[in-house]
Amino acid sequence: MAVPIAEELAKKQRAISIAEFFEKNRQILGFDSAPRSLLTAVKEGVDNSLDACEEAGILPDIMVSIEDAGGDNVAIIIEDNGPGIVKEQIPSTFAKLLYGSRFHAIKQSRGQQGIGISAAVLYSQLTTGKPTRIISKIDRDKPAHYYELVINTSTNEPEILGDKVVDWDRPRGTRVEMEMKASYVKGRRQSVLEYLKSTAIVNTHARFTLVEPDGNTIIFERAVDTLPEPAKEILPHPEGIELGTLIKMLRYTDRQKLAPFLRYSFSRIGLQTAEEICKAAHLDTETDPHSIELEDAKKLLDAFKKVKIMAPPTDCLSPITESLIYKGLEKEFSVDFIATVSRSASVHTGHPFLVEAGISYGGSLGKEDRVHILRFANRVPLLYQQGGCAITHAVENIRWKNYSLNQPGGGLPTGPAVLVVHVASTHIPFTSESKDAVADVPEIMNEVELALKDVARKLKTFLSKQQHLSKRREKEEIIKKILPRIAEKVSTILDRPTPDITPVVAKVMGNLLVYRSVSHNGDGVQVEITVKNYSGASMAFKLHDTHQYPVRDADPEPKLISLGNDTDHIWRLDVKPGSSMNIRYNMPFVSDEEATSLPDLIVEGVDEGMVNGAKAVRGFVDE
Amino acid sequence: MNNLREERDKLAKEALLGIVGSFYKQFEDQAVPNIVLPTRTKANIEYNNNSEVWVYGNSTSTRSAKTVKGANQILKMSYTAEMLIKEHLDNNRGSTLRELYYISENWDIAKFREQPESDRMIEDLEIITAMQREDFHMRPEEDGATMFGSIRLKETTTRGERIIHCRDDVGEGGYQIPFNVDNIEFLDHDAKFVVAIETGGMMARLIENGFDEDYNAVLVHLKGQPARSTRRILKRLSEELGLPVLVFTDGDPWSYRIFASVAYGAIKSAHLSEYLAAPAAQFIGVQPSDIVDYDLSTDKLTEQDIKALRSELSDPRFDSEYWKTQIKLQLDIGKKAEQQAFAGKGLDFVTQRYLPDRLTEMGII
Repeated sequence: MAVPIAEELAKKQRAISIAEFFEKNRQILGFDSAPRSLLTAVKEGVDNSLDACEEAGILPDIMVSIEDAGGDNVAIIIEDNGPGIVKEQIPSTFAKLLYGSRFHAIKQSRGQQGIGISAAVLYSQLTTGKPTRIISKIDRDKPAHYYELVINTSTNEPEILGDKVVDWDRPRGTRVEMEMKASYVKGRRQSVLEYLKSTAIVNTHARFTLVEPDGNTIIFERAVDTLPEPAKEILPHPEGIELGTLIKMLRYTDRQKLAPFLRYSFSRIGLQTAEEICKAAHLDTETDPHSIELEDAKKLLDAFKKVKIMAPPTDCLSPITESLIYKGLEKEFSVDFIATVSRSASVHTGHPFLVEAGISYGGSLGKEDRVHILRFANRVPLLYQQGGCAITHAVENIRWKNYSLNQPGGGLPTGPAVLVVHVASTHIPFTSESKDAVADVPEIMNEVELALKDVARKLKTFLSKQQHLSKRREKEEIIKKILPRIAEKVSTILDRPTPDITPVVAKVMGNLLVYRSVSHNGDGVQVEITVKNYSGASMAFKLHDTHQYPVRDADPEPKLISLGNDTDHIWRLDVKPGSSMNIRYNMPFVSDEEATSLPDLIVEGVDEGMVNGAKAVRGFVDE
Repeated sequence: MNNLREERDKLAKEALLGIVGSFYKQFEDQAVPNIVLPTRTKANIEYNNNSEVWVYGNSTSTRSAKTVKGANQILKMSYTAEMLIKEHLDNNRGSTLRELYYISENWDIAKFREQPESDRMIEDLEIITAMQREDFHMRPEEDGATMFGSIRLKETTTRGERIIHCRDDVGEGGYQIPFNVDNIEFLDHDAKFVVAIETGGMMARLIENGFDEDYNAVLVHLKGQPARSTRRILKRLSEELGLPVLVFTDGDPWSYRIFASVAYGAIKSAHLSEYLAAPAAQFIGVQPSDIVDYDLSTDKLTEQDIKALRSELSDPRFDSEYWKTQIKLQLDIGKKAEQQAFAGKGLDFVTQRYLPDRLTEMGII
């Protein structure tokens, strides 16, 4: 009798291990091209080292070394000064997918799923057949353990090919060495060097050392000696929870009654809120959570939306801070201007998040280039899929022309600038498993835009100040160097006396011009003082004309103050922009010669740089 | 008698002193020194229907000492004016455009950064004073072209007056046209027309064949795109002596532009068009129809040739039935010919067949 076809087919069906699945779908985890595979492996290793060091309160000191291993292969060595890993956990940490301490914790951390480094190990063994070699040491007095590991791809369990105690010169830390089909590239954004540079910008407390295949060593020095404030762990917030997760939580809780389950499984639910939720869901507070079926779970989820629940706490986030982003940019770029901002926390679908941004401008950055965007999620640089990322979209949404940057044809702005955007959250909504781009969540995009506009405004202020200064400098060049030469040259050619350039200087500078002319009048002279305001603002000041001669018929009348032999004649004037005033008086029995050698006029209450034709002194001029 | 020359020198000096004086007066009037010039961009070039030449339009721009750029230009203009007055006009000396650039090395902050800047300064002065650089004794770099034919003239040189017959007193190289054509006075001639020739080879062919004597022609060598002095002498031959001027070039779009610049002026020197351009000049050949009629040896039109021909179709200088027909014909046949291609028909063909045929056709002989 023939075997039924379904039975035949059933023979071929079997469970697929996760390792097998990823063996066939490795591009999901970032192991598609040779350069990218290297970058992904380095990134996973460095992320792990940073997280481990920070959790243990150690200032990270991480060495990445890439060597040619012949053929298309490279060897990667990542060594840290972290807390090390206890012997029993080494195999599972490196050679078992989805093994980790962070998947269930709700707090900001770099790695989340526990796939990263094991995926690199898997990729290494798939492309070279060689095991990954680990050395880890947890204390100066404890031995260093050496392992050679591969993953059994059908069981997702580690296979230990070597296990011994070795001598290691480090007091503690972990060293991972693996070989894989990959390639080391230089001179582009998606490279190990640029990745480490970006990482160094947002991790100013860490030192990174990169040894390139040609032996060249680059050190990214730390800028501060203090660790960032560690992020706190929080309970999930009801707003962000999904039905499946809720059902799982109900099934596996230790609580026997619904109200306490709600109180102790979620953040921001107190006694009263728990009761309100039960009421809204038409469920008894005493119900056993384990007995709640699908329909009631749905009601519960609806009730979360009906009842007013406070936003989740934000101390689970660890911002880099404005000053550290500033320091990070300062040490990695030589520029003219840096501005940074750290926004306060907000919430997207029940997950707290915050956005930080920075801009560095000028210096050696290319003037015509598109602005470089450095994207970070939980302190991890995002290197791929820039075009598909919410951060890029937020940059594109801003009208950069309003902030002194060009934006030809919309899209990314151009100019000598680097933008940094960091999104920190207990849950970063990535567009895919390879964690390259942040999804377009409106709340996040809005915060990114606000943060960028904040630093862009600061840039604009800086640039307009610069422009003002350079205009001022340009004008000074005109009045100090060029105008006197023109006056001298034209008078030489014409063989005439050099003209007084003071009025022209006042005009070019947009200053206050003061001059006194003297004409013969009867047995004395008539003095005329002209005041012209070439600036764009009203000028209120006191004009002092101090000399020994008696003054008659003054129009307007000055205030007189006797100073021994001399008398100070004071006029209080207020001259509108673009207008002028004349003061006239007579000095009988004064010769023309005496009148032309009168002392300089003095203007009180106008900045020295704003007056031509008179001395300027500081002073208070009442309204 | 140096009267003419002295008179022009005096005018030039007054004009330059006028510019300097206006700066001085601006200082006295408490005005920021400035000078107004026609805007020297392609957008401000107009075809003047009355004079049939290219001139600057009405748009002007002001150079003011309010900006560093403007202040520097005024300073450099003052230095240049001083040099022209004191070195050139007062001392009866001259220098080339390139020499001016080197002279400015001693001017400290007024020195020119590159020669195009000093060249432009001289052009600016020409525009402001409505005079020519020759009036300031500024010489171009290139040699003047040559002229050959039965014409007697008087040239006032720095070493006195010279009376020269442009065929009998010169060698086969011809009479060298001086850079300042206004130092020439035409005395007498028995010419019936002038042929302006693009290439030296064709010029030599016509002299060797005695074309000038056989047809009472004055031959002027254009040497490619003609220098100002060449254009000026053609204009004077055309207008003072009333001689028909016939332009004889290769048969390609670039040569048609040589004709256009002789007849109507060039964009770069639009301020001098009315002084340099000879709108009565006519094109004799090589015409695209000649390529067909005489079955000349040809080259294929290049991409650039085709582009140039197309742009000539929308150029007002070529806006006539004659040119439209010829240019379209050339685009059709896709060929171009050099004037020396006539040699393929025998060395005498051009002087015994082609030119007489064309001159008859045009009603010149």
